[in-house]
Amino acid sequence: MKIIAAMSGGVDSAVAAARAVEAGHEVIGVHLALSSNPQKYRSGARGCCTIEDSHDARRAADVIGIPFYIWDMAEEFHEGVVENFLEEYAAGRTPNPCLRCNEKIKFAAVLDRARALGFDAVATGHYAQMRQTPLGRTMHRAEDPLKDQSYVLAVLNKEQLDGAIFPLGDTHKEEVRREAKRRGLYVANKPDSHDICFVPSGNNAGWLHDRLGTETGSIVDEAGTKLGEHQGAYTYTVGQRRGLNLTVPAAGGVPRYVLKIEPLTNTVVVGLKEALAVSEIEGEKAIWCGPVPQAGQQHRGFAQIRAHGEALACTYSTDGGQIRVLLDQPLLGLATGQGLVIYDEDRVVGSATVSATK
Amino acid sequence: MASYFDHAATTPMSLPAIEAFTEQIQQLGNPSSLHTQGRSVRKRVEEAREAIAQAAGASPSEVIFTGSGTESNNLAIKGFYWKRLGEDKNRNVIVISAFEHHAILDPVEWLEAHEGAHVIQVPVTGDGVVDLEALKDIVEKNRERIAVIAVMHSNNEVGTIQPITEVVAIAGDIPVHTDAVQSFGKVAFDFAELGVISATISGHKVGGPLGVAALLLRRGIDVTPILHGGGQERDIRSGTLNAPAIVSFAAAATDAQIHREERYIYLRELRQYLIDSLTAVVPDIVVNGDVEPALPGIANLTFPGTESDGLLLLLDAEGIASSTGSACSAGVPRPSHVLLAMGLSERDARSSLRFSLGISNTRAEIDQLSSVIASVVERARAALARQ
Repeated sequence: MKIIAAMSGGVDSAVAAARAVEAGHEVIGVHLALSSNPQKYRSGARGCCTIEDSHDARRAADVIGIPFYIWDMAEEFHEGVVENFLEEYAAGRTPNPCLRCNEKIKFAAVLDRARALGFDAVATGHYAQMRQTPLGRTMHRAEDPLKDQSYVLAVLNKEQLDGAIFPLGDTHKEEVRREAKRRGLYVANKPDSHDICFVPSGNNAGWLHDRLGTETGSIVDEAGTKLGEHQGAYTYTVGQRRGLNLTVPAAGGVPRYVLKIEPLTNTVVVGLKEALAVSEIEGEKAIWCGPVPQAGQQHRGFAQIRAHGEALACTYSTDGGQIRVLLDQPLLGLATGQGLVIYDEDRVVGSATVSATK
Repeated sequence: MASYFDHAATTPMSLPAIEAFTEQIQQLGNPSSLHTQGRSVRKRVEEAREAIAQAAGASPSEVIFTGSGTESNNLAIKGFYWKRLGEDKNRNVIVISAFEHHAILDPVEWLEAHEGAHVIQVPVTGDGVVDLEALKDIVEKNRERIAVIAVMHSNNEVGTIQPITEVVAIAGDIPVHTDAVQSFGKVAFDFAELGVISATISGHKVGGPLGVAALLLRRGIDVTPILHGGGQERDIRSGTLNAPAIVSFAAAATDAQIHREERYIYLRELRQYLIDSLTAVVPDIVVNGDVEPALPGIANLTFPGTESDGLLLLLDAEGIASSTGSACSAGVPRPSHVLLAMGLSERDARSSLRFSLGISNTRAEIDQLSSVIASVVERARAALARQ
């Protein structure tokens, strides 16, 4: 096959590209420039967006012996990921920009372009496995549970996954680093990227403040009694306990948690831990990674609501566009806007965006 | 078959240049040393200086060796700015054409950001020629305040030759610098006749080695140096002279001078053959800056409805090298500021490729290019349509 290997400049995508070559594919390395001014989102060795990273990617392509180009996806990234991230926070939700980037950039803009230019697929360094099963070509969790990234890939539909190759899914991260060293890739010891690539130094609240402005609002209890003030409701996340700076102490000194964010009134509602319990989740904008589960039926499976969160046993149903989940055990704290991913054992069934909880 | 159509970026070293380089690199001696070995290398450097001066219509003392065309341009722009501002603190205006190479644009922008310069860009016509009426107007309005004027001798992306003699006439006693890296050795270039105060020429664009260039600087004129040290090159450019590269540059310049006219005819015909062959297959191609006088081997083409980096990738996969113009420091392709200055839309600028021919190119290579261009353009169009 003719393959575009998306190369971030990190160790994973470099080894993934090398493996694609070794598997006999005709591979071209592409680094995505996600900012029109690479200094704008500059953040050190964090896995994307810097001049150094594009150099690292180029050097890895040299070592592997494949052509290398830089594709300008700055506009698409800004519109599809950064602006979406801000809008979601402004609306009181907690978005995951990595999901949006996979959905709108890596496996949409890039894959579309690759296909039009005559390529068959895009290979990335994500940790997930594509397998031929009686259900067709389906996506499964990675072999390395600590690195499994199937959650952030669950926003890809069947057609996108048909053009996706994840050469690292069957390998543990430590082995990938050893392999990089063996192959003479000097990114072998480059630190993993964490946090959000376009937010420098991981200071999410500060970054949001700079862009969404500061607006003083109230922190209240469930009865509406004012307990304190904040500088912008969007910097709070449901389930958060620290940094609330409440001026009215709770009876008995029990800790209080963010229960709800109300963007219209710029209000943060806090309460006791028990009030965070969620046993029903509704998700909208469902995306199916394989066969669509039969509508109107109850299915057993697992729900996951964070990238490295637990798989929660559940019963779910769908009408195709929405997913409704009943958890066997309630979970504490779930913000709307988060990604809800449904698994059937280790197979990714599909995903939706959390729209309501009970 | 690999076809290299990027000779304006760099071109193969000529045989005389390779021979001179390999011979000189075996010779011991720092040309600034006073002993026998030093004098022996110094002699070769001075012979090279004379040969380059002869090929450029300059006198030997007007040749200041530097490490790159970029360095020569920086030295001229910053050197004249600081010198002339030092003489008169009101002279902080720099006038440049709107489509200068980044080696002029960026130092000028830097002077504006850090050293109080005020930059005025002279527009260029749709054909890619500096607008002399506009220049006249700018000079009349700012005459007392202009530190230096820079207009390139020929444009590196579209190949058009600029009316430098007229620019000098308009400038009067204001110093005019010209970036002639693309012209030197390819078209008639005579430093004395042009009347400019300084000009940049570069080794690797004429079949010499990388890492050597010169600033031609009129006799008796000094500029403020950027590098301070051993006082080489009239105290204007300190640094041990790169003797093998200088000697090799001279061999290339002499070779280019001897064969200039026959090569011009060969390349001009080959360029027309390229344009005719491609237009026969992709009829809506637009040729940018298609006027005389021009560099012989540059064809800048707009392929409507494509993204040029897609074209480049697909051609590269066929073994064909072309160029999209400049990229930012991270390698992100940018729409060419040259084409934008000529009035092309950003969309058309992003759909343009430069093919620059050299004497090693053949009609067979162009036939290979025309045999794949239709399918390449088709795929590149599909890729843009999907966005």
